[in-house]
Amino acid sequence: MPHGFLIKAGSMVAALVILAACADEPPATDASDAGSGGATQTAAPAPAPAPAPKVVTQPSGPKDGSQEHFVLNVGDRVFFAFDSHELNRDAQDVLRRQAAYLARFPSKRIVLEGHADERGTREYNLGLGERRANAAKEYLASLGIAPSRVTTISYGKERPIALGHNESAWAQNRRSVTVISN
Amino acid sequence: MKLLNAATLVMLCLGALAATLSPAAAQLRIDITSASVDPLPVAVTDLHGETATTRELGREIAEVVRGNLSRTSIFRLINPAAYLESPEDVLVRPNFTNWRPLDAQALATGSVRIESDGQLRTEFRLWDVFGASQLTGLVFRTTPENARRIGHIISDAIYKRLTGEEGYFDTRIVYVAESGPPDRRVKRLAIMDQDSANHRYLTDGSNLVLTPRFSPTQQVVTYMSYVGNQPRVYLYDIDTGQQEILGEFPGMTYAPRFSPDGEKVVISMARDGNSDVYVMDLRTRVTARLTRHLAIDTSPSFAPDGDRLTFNSDRSGTQQIYTMAADGSDVQRISFGEGRYATPVWSPRGDLIAFTKLLNRRFYIGVIRPDGTGERILTESFLDEGPTWSPNGRVLMFFRQIPGDDNGRGGSVRLWSVDLTGQNLREVATPIDASDPAWSPLTPLEE
Repeated sequence: MPHGFLIKAGSMVAALVILAACADEPPATDASDAGSGGATQTAAPAPAPAPAPKVVTQPSGPKDGSQEHFVLNVGDRVFFAFDSHELNRDAQDVLRRQAAYLARFPSKRIVLEGHADERGTREYNLGLGERRANAAKEYLASLGIAPSRVTTISYGKERPIALGHNESAWAQNRRSVTVISN
Repeated sequence: MKLLNAATLVMLCLGALAATLSPAAAQLRIDITSASVDPLPVAVTDLHGETATTRELGREIAEVVRGNLSRTSIFRLINPAAYLESPEDVLVRPNFTNWRPLDAQALATGSVRIESDGQLRTEFRLWDVFGASQLTGLVFRTTPENARRIGHIISDAIYKRLTGEEGYFDTRIVYVAESGPPDRRVKRLAIMDQDSANHRYLTDGSNLVLTPRFSPTQQVVTYMSYVGNQPRVYLYDIDTGQQEILGEFPGMTYAPRFSPDGEKVVISMARDGNSDVYVMDLRTRVTARLTRHLAIDTSPSFAPDGDRLTFNSDRSGTQQIYTMAADGSDVQRISFGEGRYATPVWSPRGDLIAFTKLLNRRFYIGVIRPDGTGERILTESFLDEGPTWSPNGRVLMFFRQIPGDDNGRGGSVRLWSVDLTGQNLREVATPIDASDPAWSPLTPLEE
């Protein structure tokens, strides 16, 4: 007894686009430098900056209150231990400087970007990055930065800053980055 | 760029021919649960055609079948160059004495022709060589553009007839295609047949996308995207290309997966740094919270009966695998081995949960029974992550990263598959780097 089936085949569009991009990366620095580093979005954390929240404003330098100025004078990121969102003393120092800086610009809003290293699974690391960004947010709040000025976003392990596959690189990638967003 | 029109495919069993099975035929069956079974030697002739066009279509369909069978560990394809009979010779009935010397246990034959309305008519028969009998026979009517699909349906028919289980060849893979340097990775949703044919990109790479998963009932994918720097779960209609955000949530939503009936999506939502599991009914858009814990609760996956879920949580201090009832009650931890356990995915058969394990800086793909017993490790590398089940629960696909140098050069990430036995580890071809594979269900047949 034959029986029949109907199969609906969807329309198929095949398009092939290869996005090529060249690697253009800064060298990784040693993890021991990573504790309180100031760095831009495209450079690995530099050696520890001056500890005092001293603000340097030069006529030709970055504008006071800009992200670049913030990075140079305060440091935009804090680092975490493996699978941890605890803020160590170095991290608390950086956040205190950030709070003092941000207090001078009460109209500025910030985004806290939480990141994880590659030694975790993708989905869990999204949760971990969220935790880290939130830890920074809560600490800033305790220093008087209103949570209403702050948004958080987790990138999990999707946006490493150091590209190696070693302890030094991982230490730099476990971070929360403060971005002034106006 | 190639555009295929939607087509209807009609399949008929060659009922009269398949009606009687000899006792010998009934014995031609492979046990696919054993790791040490010898592969079954099979021969697949080109399907006979009277014209150059149909001969080419017949060859293409046979090549699809041969490719599918040869990528399994349970069949051994006999090289067509050794065949003593032509596709025309075997059209009505093979001379089995010409196939026994090749040790062919099963022989697939058939024919194709274009009918007056332009439809492709394909006949397929599977023979038991030593039993000298027909095991199954099918007739298909469809447009010639569906030739590859006919090959997959024939492959599934062979698999089912010889193993007693459903196949997984008429299926697709949705995954994330990757390009660019590691710190500025461009990620796009892409879809292809399970044999890597008919590849196409679904998104253009302007937004970071992660973790696509198929609906079990519709041509819909759920995934995570950073549209507008708001990481949220989305739905993507494969046929129309329409994208839609899943609900209005005050925080990041991620780790989406459909329920077995396709009517719900289970996700994680992060709020104030804490991630919990939620489920949303797609029709009513009503959301229910399933976990309430300060831990990261994520990677939820339903059992095929929908009664329980498995999920990942670090509530014990490190990532472990748990199960719970569909309403969030009766939480049970099931992973107790050394290391961290992540990405649990319930098998479509219900009998196992696949996972990623992290131990001593190595990543593993493994399986464990839902009651926590019987843990088995199947693969190991620098990074193996994110298993997805073939719809028959016999094969796992995952992604494997090979690390590059300290400047991020020279690394790769690719899709791999492995049998549930731990054997038959092989790379799945993709045009560029690839991660986060998700296997579709068998493409549905509508009576």
